[in-house]
Amino acid sequence: MQTLNLSLFDWLIIAVYFVFVVGIGYYLRRFMGSKEDFFEAGRRNSAWVAGIAFVSANLGSLEILGWTGGTMKYGMFVSHFYWIGAIPAMIFLGLYMMPFYYSSKIHSIPGYLLLRFDEKTRLLNAFSFGIMTILMSGINLYLMALVFYVVLGWDLHLSIWISAAVIGMYITLGGLLSAIFTEIVQFFLIWFGLFLISILGIIDLGGLDTILSGLPDRLGSLWATAGHASANEMGVSWLGIVLGLGFVLSFGYWTTDFLLVQRAFSAKNLDAARKTPIYASFFKMALPFIVVVGGLVAWKLQDLGQIELLPHPSSGEPWNDTALPVLIARYFPPGLIGLGITALLAGFMAGQAGNVSAFNTVWTYDIYRVLFKKDATDEHLIWVGRVTTVVGVFLSILTAYAAMQFSTIMDYIQAIFSWVNAPLFATMLLGMFWKRATSAGAFWGLIAGMASSFYMFIGIKFAWLNPALLTFSQNPSEMSHNLWRAWWAWLICFSLTVVISLFTKPKAESELVGLVKGLTEKVSLQSVPFYRKPGFVAIIALLIFAILNIYFW
Amino acid sequence: MANKTSELKTIWYFVGIILIIMGGLVFLSGIVQLVAPPLTKTILSELYPAIWWGGLMMIVGLIYFLTNKNKIVD
Repeated sequence: MQTLNLSLFDWLIIAVYFVFVVGIGYYLRRFMGSKEDFFEAGRRNSAWVAGIAFVSANLGSLEILGWTGGTMKYGMFVSHFYWIGAIPAMIFLGLYMMPFYYSSKIHSIPGYLLLRFDEKTRLLNAFSFGIMTILMSGINLYLMALVFYVVLGWDLHLSIWISAAVIGMYITLGGLLSAIFTEIVQFFLIWFGLFLISILGIIDLGGLDTILSGLPDRLGSLWATAGHASANEMGVSWLGIVLGLGFVLSFGYWTTDFLLVQRAFSAKNLDAARKTPIYASFFKMALPFIVVVGGLVAWKLQDLGQIELLPHPSSGEPWNDTALPVLIARYFPPGLIGLGITALLAGFMAGQAGNVSAFNTVWTYDIYRVLFKKDATDEHLIWVGRVTTVVGVFLSILTAYAAMQFSTIMDYIQAIFSWVNAPLFATMLLGMFWKRATSAGAFWGLIAGMASSFYMFIGIKFAWLNPALLTFSQNPSEMSHNLWRAWWAWLICFSLTVVISLFTKPKAESELVGLVKGLTEKVSLQSVPFYRKPGFVAIIALLIFAILNIYFW
Repeated sequence: MANKTSELKTIWYFVGIILIIMGGLVFLSGIVQLVAPPLTKTILSELYPAIWWGGLMMIVGLIYFLTNKNKIVD
């Protein structure tokens, strides 16, 4: 079962990483003087630091391994998740939503919902986000342990406990700043640890053009086979991609998920906060050169019979998620193997740390302070944040063990984003851009959106609902279900919020200053040269986005 | 950024350190393989990827380290 043998150099590199991240947490501990230091990294980061942390918080190893394996199944279509499924939303966040988020001095997304709507909408979002975060964290932990068990033969329990302990240690010591520091280190390790696989794979197979031209039509293009759902392996048409992924899922995730937006809150001023997701978009666009190219190399090598994926421990079937480790075994000599494994470990741990740091902020500010101690001091809140970190890590471990016992839990977790984030995007959109949106509309719209998304998921799972009704396709894939379910949940939340708002009393305009477009002062950027303005940087990002889509059409 | 050393160091300084250490270890492992080639070879091992990739990491790490060693976060 074991494919990789680690040498002394490999172990040394892994050990250096563990010592380094705990050392960073210890070093940063002395700078944690106020609650802003612990929960918002002191709001002192540049746009580049916050931008890399923003993209890294999304760049867990689960995503890298999953999408490399996903490329073997869906081909170039996976690039949609990095391009149309991310870039427009990131730019929209930076240009249009960040001024409301940052200027209102909120600590979290639920904090915005309190100011714009009311306490119950805030609590609804805080609880759903908290539960989602812990579940995701636990599943990540379990999958990390599973991958290292399959690839290296490491003991499942030892992997779970050691990595959880290290994460708990450095977040407890250094708060969000510690998470951001390690996310940036992780970003460099992932590029240096995994990009070489794509380079060597391309050399091995005779060039990128040779790889692309050898793919079947159903795998080899981005939009050319999106005319009809049956023409591509994902089983989704361009409409599903644009509405479900490009609009609802993407905007829902990138503009409202506090795990990501928290990184922009750590920026030193509004200009840096607006540039955070825009700078991050450049790095996001580059990631298919690791993930998709790696997946295509693995597909080609498997087609040529030169590699064999490892079996899944439960099903015994070839496990696509092992594609990247199998390529590491093929191309990396000792030393580089350690670097590749460290890159995966760093990705897993930074993803975990992101979940834990977002959880401790939402719990402390939006649940504990609201329900238990409204007059808490800074010192007390930092103490609660530290305790919450430890509790969050333990809950993640429990979730990891639950996932180990009930493998079907994984299917449900994958769908959580469309339950929570897709309807939330409708609420935020109306909250920021329509001053008539009321608290009652937002609360009931959000409940209906989340409940309908959950019902559609369960309905299809237990065959109460015909998926063709939701997806307009006779043979939709699981991915197609996710995209269309997100769209319907968003539409239900959006429509209901509008209808209820029209029949209920809105807040006075004086209460909405700084929270809604039209009632917020515009930021003057006259003294900033044009090439440093967020709008100009966004145009460059959109141009690259367009070129990539056309080139790989 | 001001020039002080008793305050919070910039993250790029730490990026420099980790790239130098890890790049150094990868580079060293490549030299060991050059001097005493392993019995089982990986595909494209004739390109000595550990040597040039480890070297590249060290150069990038040195640039980050030297340009940020005296900087602190405002």
